[in-house]
This record gives sequence, C-alpha cells and structure tokens, in this order.
Amino acid sequence: MKTVAPVGLVGYGAYVPRYRLAASEVAAVWQGGRDHLPVREKSVPGPDEDAVTMAVEAALNAVSRAQVDPAELGAVYVGSESHPYAVKPSSTMVAEAIGAGPSVLAASFEFACKAGTEALQAALGLVGAGMVPYALAIGSDTAQGRPSDELEYTAGAGAAALIVGPAEGALAVVEGSRSYVTDTPDFFRRAGQKYPRHGGRFTGEPGYFGHVLPAAEALLADLGHGPEDYAAVILHQPNAKFPAKAAADLGFRPEQWEIGLLVGQIGNAYAGSSLIGLTAVLDQAGPGDRILLVSFGSGAGSDAFSLVVTDKVSARQGLAPKTMDYVKRRRPIDYALYARYRGKLAV
Amino acid sequence: MALQLPRDWRLQAQRYRLLGAKCRGCGRVVVPIRPVCPGCGSDDVETIKLSGRGEVYSYTVMYKVPDSFERSVPYVVALVRLEEGALISAQITDVEPEEVVVGLPVEVVFRQWRQYGADGHIVYGYKFRPVMPGMAATQ
Repeated sequence: MKTVAPVGLVGYGAYVPRYRLAASEVAAVWQGGRDHLPVREKSVPGPDEDAVTMAVEAALNAVSRAQVDPAELGAVYVGSESHPYAVKPSSTMVAEAIGAGPSVLAASFEFACKAGTEALQAALGLVGAGMVPYALAIGSDTAQGRPSDELEYTAGAGAAALIVGPAEGALAVVEGSRSYVTDTPDFFRRAGQKYPRHGGRFTGEPGYFGHVLPAAEALLADLGHGPEDYAAVILHQPNAKFPAKAAADLGFRPEQWEIGLLVGQIGNAYAGSSLIGLTAVLDQAGPGDRILLVSFGSGAGSDAFSLVVTDKVSARQGLAPKTMDYVKRRRPIDYALYARYRGKLAV
Repeated sequence: MALQLPRDWRLQAQRYRLLGAKCRGCGRVVVPIRPVCPGCGSDDVETIKLSGRGEVYSYTVMYKVPDSFERSVPYVVALVRLEEGALISAQITDVEPEEVVVGLPVEVVFRQWRQYGADGHIVYGYKFRPVMPGMAATQ
C-alpha cells in the first residue's frame, strides 16, 4: 500500500513504566523455580497507570519531537487491548490531555497486539489523502496474563506514539506498507472476561510466523528490496525467540534486529511492542537508514512498513526522553507487590 | 459520585494539562484556577499552561487514606513549588517514600487519581515524579 501524497513520521515517542517483574519470580511461584524463561523480566504498570496514562506520555514525547502544536492534529488514534473503559473512548481522554481537538477525529482501535500499527495504517491514509495535516497513532497496553499461565512471564506494559505528517517535514519517510490477516483462533478474550485464553498450537504456526513472514515478504517484493537494504528490522516481540527466528528466516542478521528487540527487558507490551522497538531504533538512526517494521496481532494479522530515515532525525532525537532512558529506569518488584498492583488479589 | 461526575468533568482541562491562573496585575500564579487573584485582589487573571517543573517544598507519607486511594498506599503527598512560583499540593508518584526529600526536582505526569468503584468513572490528573534522566537535559 502506498499513499497518494508522500508521508512520513514527523515525531515519535515512547513510554515504559518503571516497575519490573523478573520471570524467575513467576517461575518461583508457579513452577517451583524450574521453568524455561522466555524473557529476563517484564515491565509492570504502577497502581496509577493504565493504557491511557501511558499513551499520554508517549504522545507528549512525540509532540515534543515533532514540534507540532497539538491543535494541528487532525486525528488521535489509540490502539490497545487494555482500554481502561469497555465503553468510553481512550482517544478522547488522550486528545484532551495533550491539548488536541475538539475538532479532531478520535478513535480507539483493537486488534490484539497489532492495534497500534493498525492505527498507524489509518493515520498514513488520512494524511496521504490530504484530509488532515497531521495524525497521531498510538499503541498502548497494560497486558494481563492469567496467573500461572505462560503469558504471565511476558505480558508487559508500554506505549509508543507516532505523528504522521507530510514527507517534506518527516524524520522518516514511509515508502510503503502492507497488511495481511486471516481468521486464526490463536488467542482471544471474551467480553467481560479478565484474562485471555490462547489456542496453544496456533501460537507460532500458523499464528505468528504465518502472518509476520508473508506480510514482510510481500512488502519487500512490492518495493524490490532485500534484507541487505535495511539498517534495522523490528518484528512484534511476544518473546525473545519468535522475532529472532522470523528475522533470520527472512534473511536478516542479528545486528539488524538487536537494537529494536527489547522484549527481554520489558516483556511484550502488546500494541506497544513493535512500535516501542521502532522508537528505540529511531533514537539511534542516521540519515539514509532503511527500517522494516512488522507487527503481529492475534486473531490474526500483521502490518508491515518500510521507512527511510531523513536528515531531520538528528535534531529531533534529543527533544524527548529516549526509549532506553525508560528501559533503564527500573525498579524490580516481587510477585506479591506485582499481584497487588495488577489487581490479582481479592480484597 | 452523583455530584463528583460533573465536578470532575468541569475541572478536567486544568487537571489534565496543569493549567493555572496568572494575575495580569501583580503577576502571581495560582493553581487551581481562581477568578480573583489572592495576592492583590484583581479579577484581571488569565489561564496559562504551566511548565510542569518544580521542586518538593514539603511532603507527608499517607498510610490511612480515603476510599479509592488504597491502591497506592503508602504514597507521598507534597507541596510542590512550581517554576512559575505557585505552590500546589499533589501526589509524588514513581518513587519510594524514603527517596523524597525537600528540594527534590520533580516534573508533571498524567496519572489516575482515583476510581469510583469497578463500575464508576476514573479520575485522571496531574501528579509529579522525580525528574527522569534524559528529561532534565532537554527541557
């Protein structure tokens, strides 16, 4: 997919909460300490945080980098599977908090872990069609895993925000994108249920690999690019193993995926996962760098984007805290405090 | 809650974006917004957006708290002296109580204040946290 008018990212920002739960804490409570650990630790939101508060901080960081008046935003899109309200849009709260609108298109997106990149696709379309000058797309989640479930090791929290604008003012131009979806029962949560279920055998194949790989391959074919054309690749990060294997299968080398692979330190931030990886790459990117971003959301689907960094990036990287500033700002907590903060104790 | 909903809605702009009142006469800045300057009595006041930076002027640690604030116990409530001069009371978040000292540089963040039960509304607003590394150099 390609917009009529050239578009790109004019600003970006991330947010990761400060609390960390080591995977060994989960294993100690539920597996007698013996288990293979998919990550080292995951991020945990504080008791006063949710998908909206995290989205707001990521969005304000994106606004700082874009140096755009929030009143100029034509759209505020928030993708999440942990919107604080079942009915009441997160997007209006985010818009009010950052000073956007009221004349603004605001919508909340849902598609498991790819709700954020879906918001990005929609934002590219709006700006590319000339309907709005700037559009804000956010992926933000405070993911919940059922206690003792293997998802509890990785279900993390974080947010990333991207401001899409005309290519001439962009710090990274979007060359093209792709979306690829099928009806796959790999993971779901019924209405009113607190915790999701997953259809175990669907998780890797046909879920993750069955969508990430074809979406990436189709986009590379559209653009006539190969892995060697890219400085960095960021794939959705449900654990450390899947994205590394998928990137290797696509022909990428570890040095291309390691900068944006943060799951070992913050867990899977769901709708924020691949987008936070992108922000970490943009923090270090230089002009001319080409970046491949591929999300994955259960249900299932992937969005793929190819970006080329411009010479405007270096002046904007330092205008907000870098993603690794948030990753390094960590306070480890034990399982008991985690259980309290995440509302897992009946009081 | 019946009266809280309209009250929270009326105040949300100043709570979400930390707005204050600045007196055009004597220059005094106050939070929350008041129609009359408490310094000189002038009613010629304007609404301004505050920088969100300041330092802890004084603080206390809360253990016995009103309903719906239990989630964060123990938490720190401080008087924060903003760069603009206003002194406001607010919660200090992302911090252990023993890390808070008078003079601690803080910056504003947007957080949940309280929830009116599992089926009530969620109140959001400003809190402060210790200035993040990376933030101090850029703003």
